[in-house]
Amino acid sequence: MSGVAELWSYLSTSPLLWLTATVLAYLAADALARRVDNHPLANPVILSVLMVAPVLWLTGTEYASYFEGAQFIHFLLGPATIALALPLWDNRDTIRRSVAPILLALVAGSVTAAGSAILLARAFGLPTEVILSLAPKSTTAPVALGVSEAIGGLPALTAVLVILTGIIGAVIVTPLMGLLRIEDWRARGFSVGVASHGIGTARAFQVNPTAGAYAGIAMALNALLTSMIVPVLVRWLL
Amino acid sequence: MLATFGLLLVCQLVGEVIVRGVGLTIPGPVIGLTLLLVVLWLRPAVAETLRPTVTVILANLSLLFVPAGVGVIGNLEVLSEGWVALLVVLVVSTLLAMLASVGTFIAVRRLTGGRST
Repeated sequence: MSGVAELWSYLSTSPLLWLTATVLAYLAADALARRVDNHPLANPVILSVLMVAPVLWLTGTEYASYFEGAQFIHFLLGPATIALALPLWDNRDTIRRSVAPILLALVAGSVTAAGSAILLARAFGLPTEVILSLAPKSTTAPVALGVSEAIGGLPALTAVLVILTGIIGAVIVTPLMGLLRIEDWRARGFSVGVASHGIGTARAFQVNPTAGAYAGIAMALNALLTSMIVPVLVRWLL
Repeated sequence: MLATFGLLLVCQLVGEVIVRGVGLTIPGPVIGLTLLLVVLWLRPAVAETLRPTVTVILANLSLLFVPAGVGVIGNLEVLSEGWVALLVVLVVSTLLAMLASVGTFIAVRRLTGGRST
């Protein structure tokens, strides 16, 4: 028994265990998603989280010690964002031809994302602090946290709302666009990138490479626009 | 693969240095993305060096959100008693943002006479 305890004390303090668990959970989630033809509800982020979270709970593992292993994966978000330059480069000719739709759809999507969140939250009578944390929810996490802090929100709450927004968009985009019979992959990808940042972009790449490239542009441009417009919208609408 | 990682990391590093040096609110990787576009514009052949590794990264982007997603489960109590209202706001607002953006994209594309594919 002391052997098991020793082994556990090694594993629980080394990054190896939770790094491996995260990769294995994702591989299983991805295999499962493929088996159901990437059905929107079989989102690999949701499935992986549903596999990892109960294990942490059962073993009484704190998030901080889980993150010591998982941070190596989390870190790759930076290089992956930069890697989006390649699909942008590949699509440079069509992007150049759609500068007007891109810029106007960016403004429409970004203003609606923040503006509707502020107005709806006000209508529900949510506290001001919560509304401020909610306003930047559609942009990529580092920008959202910075904006939230700057306007007086709670960054910890913003972090949760950003991830949930990403998952919601990734799950609803395919049925929504199917319902509206929108077949233009550029428009589909762009809208999910504006509304649901990187998690929406991950979904777009899962479905179609052109949609992925446009989602990537939308996410990058919305990171710039959100940090400029949310402080203004908050002043107008609150 | 290593050359690709090296280049991505250099772009990120330079991006972070610029962001911190100038005091911008944009994340370093977004500047890094722009830098990599400049590299590709100057040296188009780099695209083929990057392609194998970048394709794998972008096809598995979801993996990179798992650590943050697990953090959300452990931190759900920050949503406190207003969680139903918050979820409704998130779903409706995300839906509206997608509709506004996709509608604008398609309308402007038609007005400017762009092709549909």
